[in-house]
Order: sequence, then C-alpha cells, then structure tokens
Amino acid sequence: MSIVIENLSFTYGKKTPYKKQALKNVSFTVNEGDFLGIIGHTGSGKSTLIQHINGLIKLEEGKIKVFDIDLSQKKPDLKLLRRKVGMVFQYPEYQLFDETVEKDVAFGPKNLKMSDEEIKQSVKEAIELVGLDYESIKDKSPFEISGGQKRRVAIAGVIAMKPKVLILDEPTAGLDPKGKEEILELILKLKESSAHTVIMIGHDIDELSRYVKRLIVLNDGQLVYDAKPAKLFENREKLEEMGLDVPIAYKLKCALSEKGVKMGEVANDDDFVREYLKIYKEKKN
Amino acid sequence: MRDFAFGQYYPTGSVVHRLDPRVKIILSLFYLVIIFFVVSYVTYLIVALFLLFVVLISKIPVLSVLKSVKAVIFLLVFTAVLNIFFYKEGKVIAEWGIIVITAQGIDFAVKMILRLSLLVMGSSILMFTSTPTEITDGMEYLMAPLKFVRFPVHDVAIIMSIALRFIPTLMEETDKIIMAQKARGAAFDCGKFTERVKAVVPILIPLFASSFRRAEELALALDTRCYDATPKRTRMKKLKAGWKDFIAVIIVAALGTVILLDKYYFLSFDRMIENALGWNLWGA
Repeated sequence: MSIVIENLSFTYGKKTPYKKQALKNVSFTVNEGDFLGIIGHTGSGKSTLIQHINGLIKLEEGKIKVFDIDLSQKKPDLKLLRRKVGMVFQYPEYQLFDETVEKDVAFGPKNLKMSDEEIKQSVKEAIELVGLDYESIKDKSPFEISGGQKRRVAIAGVIAMKPKVLILDEPTAGLDPKGKEEILELILKLKESSAHTVIMIGHDIDELSRYVKRLIVLNDGQLVYDAKPAKLFENREKLEEMGLDVPIAYKLKCALSEKGVKMGEVANDDDFVREYLKIYKEKKN
Repeated sequence: MRDFAFGQYYPTGSVVHRLDPRVKIILSLFYLVIIFFVVSYVTYLIVALFLLFVVLISKIPVLSVLKSVKAVIFLLVFTAVLNIFFYKEGKVIAEWGIIVITAQGIDFAVKMILRLSLLVMGSSILMFTSTPTEITDGMEYLMAPLKFVRFPVHDVAIIMSIALRFIPTLMEETDKIIMAQKARGAAFDCGKFTERVKAVVPILIPLFASSFRRAEELALALDTRCYDATPKRTRMKKLKAGWKDFIAVIIVAALGTVILLDKYYFLSFDRMIENALGWNLWGA
C-alpha cells in the first residue's frame, strides 16, 4: 500500500474568528497502481486533503503514512516524501519563474540534489514525455510560450523529479476541450510510463469517470463515498443533494431503464456503448 | 490563511466596530497626539485603563492587541537602551567608565516604552475594529477639503481601497506559490544567507507576474464598465454619525482633558504624590 490515511482532521485558523474545519475524520488507503479521483463541492476539503499527502500542511490530527514515511512522527523526511509524491497544483503554469524552460524544469531535480548528468537526462525525458519538442523549446522563456505549453512545462517540472505517486489538482481547469483531452491523455500516458499511482482532483464528472477506476467523494470535510464510479452513481440523488452531477452516460442509462431497457454497469461513454451493443445483439438473435 | 498581527480586521460586531469610521479615525489621530502630552505615571495608568476599557467593549482578545507591540519591539528596546546609557543629567545611580546611569535616564526610558507601546496598541484598535473599506471611506470624507486645491481625493481613495483589497488575495497567492515550490523540493528555511535570498526568486517572480496579470484584468474590467473617477459619484453606503459616536467623542475628550490638566494645571500627579509622601527620588 502506498498511502494510508487514518482519521485525518484539520482546522484552519484555529483560535481566530475565521476558524473553519476543513477535514473531519477522513480515512482511506491508496494502493500502488491506483487511479483515484477525488470530487467534491468547492470548499469540501479536496485541496487540503492532497496538500497533507505531500507534507505541505502540518499534520494535526490523525495518521498519514506514505510508503515508509510516517507523517505523524515529529520530523518526517519531507525531502524524501516530495521525491516520491509529485504534486501538480491548480494552474501550475503560475509557478514558472526561471529564464528558460530547461532551467525551470530542472528546479525540482536540482533541489533533490541529483547529479548534473542525471538532471540533464531527467529534464530531457520529462519534456519529451509531456509531448514537447526538447530541442526547440528548452531555451525559450516560460513566459513566451502558449498557455497549453506552459501547463505541460509545469507538469514536466514535477515529472522530472521522478515521483512514484502523482497528484494533480484540477489539471484541466481553464483549458479548451482539445487542451483538456490532451492533458488527460498525457496523464494516462504518465501513469503507464513513470508514475504508476495517480490521484486526480476534478470538477467535471464526465471527464473523471472516463479515466479513474475509483472515486472518493468529499462533502463538507467528510469522506462520504469511496467506490468505483459505476457503483458510486447509484447514489445519484444523494450526490445531487451535495451539488454533484453524474455523467451523461449514466443519465442516459437511467432514462432508458425508465423505459424498460435494463443495462449493466455504466460509468462512461465506452461502458454505455458496450452495454448498448450487448442489448442490441441480444435483440437481433 | 495565516494571521498577520498588525491590522487584521477582527469582526465581533461590538459598539466600537459600529462607530462611524470618520469618528474613529479622528479619535485615533487625537489619541496619537494627546499621548505625547502624558507626563506622569498616574496618567499613563489612566491611558492604559482607557485602552483596556476600549478593548474590552470591542470584544477583541486582549492578547492580540498586546501582540501588535511585537512589530516594534526592536525599536522599543533600542530607544530604551540608548536612553538609559546616554542620558547624563540628574541623580547618578551607577557608573562604569563612560557609562553613567541616572534616575532620570531610567525614568525617561520607561516612559518612552510606555508611550510607544500605548501608541501602537491604540492605533491597532482602529485596524482591528474597522474594515479596510471603512477606513478608506472615512479617509475619503476627511480628505474632502483637499478637493479645493485640486487634489484627486477620490482617485487616491480608490487606489488605496484597491491596494488594501488585494493584500489578502496576494497573501493567499503567495501561500500557494510557496506550497507549489516546496512541493518541487525548494527549501526556504535552511541553508546559508545567500542561499535563502536565492530561494526567494522562485516565489517573487511568479508573484510579480500574477500581480501584473491581475492589475491588467482589473483595469480592463473597470474600463468595460465605463468607470470614470472624475464626475460626481454617489455612494452606496452613506456614513452616518449617531449618538454612539457622540458618546465616544465625549469619552476621548475626557481622557484628553485629564492628560492636559495633569501636564499644565497640576504639573504631574507623580510630583503631587511624591511631595505628599515626602520622597526625593530625583536628587533635586
């Protein structure tokens, strides 16, 4: 098991009039190879949760164990933790700062004190992995390239640290449909080639259910569901009460079932087509 | 969200919070001036009690008001030390070579510390009990006479309120950027001085970039809604002074009267007490 979280609670601004409990008794585990999605309304505690996993917020209550690093200890090895867990923030392109793309991507590896040779190698790999042409982009300023490229460069900056777990906070926010598709395909590619465990926060349920194998629902700081997408959507009414939507494919399935057409598990378009063809073929025979 | 000690609005909805910001600003200014007229320990005690009274009715935790002194603690210690060691007149208490400590020196240093800390705490109350918008609104009213010398009062007010409005936003942004760079292994709290200075670059550059982006967006938004500061604008919230403000003025005026009586009429309450008890502390 790569990540174990037990009874995690956190309150912002303790002892001030602005105090707000962001997480209440959250427990779950992430296994190696998982593709996990986290959804929840704005302010449900998603970002606070993932920042805990990377040791960016000091643990207050509960237990977190990432690989062999126990975060409830007094002085956990944060450097090692950040080498193992790569974190891509919302709008990661806003964190670019160096003169050239190459130097910016090298920032993480340099902080990890990799050797020069290693840095050069991993920077090149990372830039190519995110689908950019290394030779033509490496000397450009990160402020003069396009928005989509910026986001790729920022993701490359995290990939270059060779993390075992990749956490992404709304990686497709603010992109056009084509850009979204490309970034999602990129994440899938990264999952297969470098970081084998991926945790992704998202807003768009259609988008998430197409990729992730498991969904965690947070509401008001509490973990309400932890299930595979097709099973989760059976709680459609409860989800809608929390301000969350179900995918269009699942809605279609419900509409058909009202008309008497019963389908198997449907979480996304592909499932729907598969189930539909099954019925179609049965009818034909 | 992190707490910044000096000037964080602390909402409790108390009477002090609901005072007219113009009145609060004027009273705070008056307080800042009048505190320089305090000459005796007895009146310092009276001022301190007055402050305590204001803090209690405003329901701000006493501790956070005390904390506001932390920002000037270096200044306090520095002036106190200077005064103690270099004040040469009066009754000598101790002497090592060129360093002479006199009773008057200590007296002066203690009063300086009292004065500065009461000053800072007093002005922090204004910040604790009024929102930035209230303060700029109040300032705009109070600066209104400057319009006659063609001073762009409204523009200055809008610039001020935008600047104040964006402080928390930029703080939040800074937090996010720091987190993002930390996640990439940046260490801000260790290493040599030069390394630490270098560590600021990955924060400052993205922060500047986003400030410029925000400024541009805001300017465009103002333009698209035809914002123009020059014609006579009406306001959404009219400030109104009421009986609460009248009472506040009377209380502060009473404090001022006591301070001035002490200085000019009774010539220090301390002296009166010393004379009554027959002490001779100053070697006169």
